[in-house]
Amino acid sequence: MNTTEWFGIAAALLIGLGLFGVITHPMLLRKILAFNLVGTGVFLLFGVIARRGAAAGIDGDPVPHAFVITGIVVAFSASALAVTMALKLKSDTGESTFPDDPPADAPDPAAPPRP
Amino acid sequence: MSEAILHGGLILLFLAVAATSVFTRDTFSAITAFIVYGLLLGLAWVALGSIDVALTEAALGGGITGALLLRAASRLRHADHAAETRRTGPASHGLAALACAGLTAALIVLVLSLPHPAPSLAPLAMEALPATHVGNPVTGVLLAFRAWDTFLETVVLVLALVAIWGLTSDAMWGGRPGPVQIPEPDGNLAFLARLLPPFGVLIAIYLFWVGADEPGGKFQAGTLLAAMWLLTLQAGLIDAPVLSRLRLRLAIVLGPLVFAGIGLLGIVVSSGLFAYPPGFVKACILLIEAASTVSIGVTLCLLVLGPPERPATP
Repeated sequence: MNTTEWFGIAAALLIGLGLFGVITHPMLLRKILAFNLVGTGVFLLFGVIARRGAAAGIDGDPVPHAFVITGIVVAFSASALAVTMALKLKSDTGESTFPDDPPADAPDPAAPPRP
Repeated sequence: MSEAILHGGLILLFLAVAATSVFTRDTFSAITAFIVYGLLLGLAWVALGSIDVALTEAALGGGITGALLLRAASRLRHADHAAETRRTGPASHGLAALACAGLTAALIVLVLSLPHPAPSLAPLAMEALPATHVGNPVTGVLLAFRAWDTFLETVVLVLALVAIWGLTSDAMWGGRPGPVQIPEPDGNLAFLARLLPPFGVLIAIYLFWVGADEPGGKFQAGTLLAAMWLLTLQAGLIDAPVLSRLRLRLAIVLGPLVFAGIGLLGIVVSSGLFAYPPGFVKACILLIEAASTVSIGVTLCLLVLGPPERPATP
């Protein structure tokens, strides 16, 4: 095993770590941050694949490198939109998390009262 | 041996910082950890042999994304406490941890079973590169071989900005984004905002120019321009722009328009869409890069600033 594969394993750990944050963190801003960790992990996988494809006298395959550069910029655009939506939710409702799911046996507040 | 120690240490360091950004309770500490993580990941990209990606990751992934999150966190500051009460129970935490560990394990198996020898487009890219007269293979891929992808990506930036502006309340349409920054003329921020931009702009122009042959290019240069603009805005030396100004909006679409124009021209004077006329390939690429650098710089800064929140004239 060489060090390039270590980076691949690190990328897998980052994706798992980020996904855990996305699922468990209640605050939307923290979910966005964790989602960015997932993104960087995926990019790092691209980096490992590019590095393994080093040939023709260059350090890595330039095609995945180009994809990652575009990917970073698109990820940032998506994050900016997500952050703006979180701020809009805060200014409109005062909430910074998704609303709680009501328990399964709770009465539906929208349903008409039973006779 | 020394490479193993260096790379292993770097990996442990950025994994630890990434874990901090997920597990720490305080939002500001989490974002600070994320910025540090972005810079460390930049080093990881150097270790993986791509300076182009390293520059983009450090500047955009760590720097500008960090600025975006910090701005949002300062507005959501009082919401932290309320969010804590929404924390899910240990059972669902355990289930989430199990699912994520499963995904990680599957990905590790995948990484270790990648094919040997690795498939690569590097020989093909290097073989075709002389025709483009640029020396940086990544720029060759971005602006020549996969120009269509890169064009759509510059459009994504504009679309994201349109979506963000779409969240404006009616009364504020066309106004200025963000709160008024009260300048502190003798503060550290104002000092840095006067000192750094001349160098930042110069380095951005250098990155754009050198991007044809060396690591660099329009994304890295545009990000640096955006950072310099954000710095002077944050210090209160200049006010945020009025978003309905025609000049500003032209600056946003200049890059995509020039890119699309040259791309369409290829149908008439060359062999097809995004085929540059022979002999003018490098000139076309530099023209697209120059226009895109301006548009990317302006758009990235406006993406961080968000929708207008106060009228153009107070």
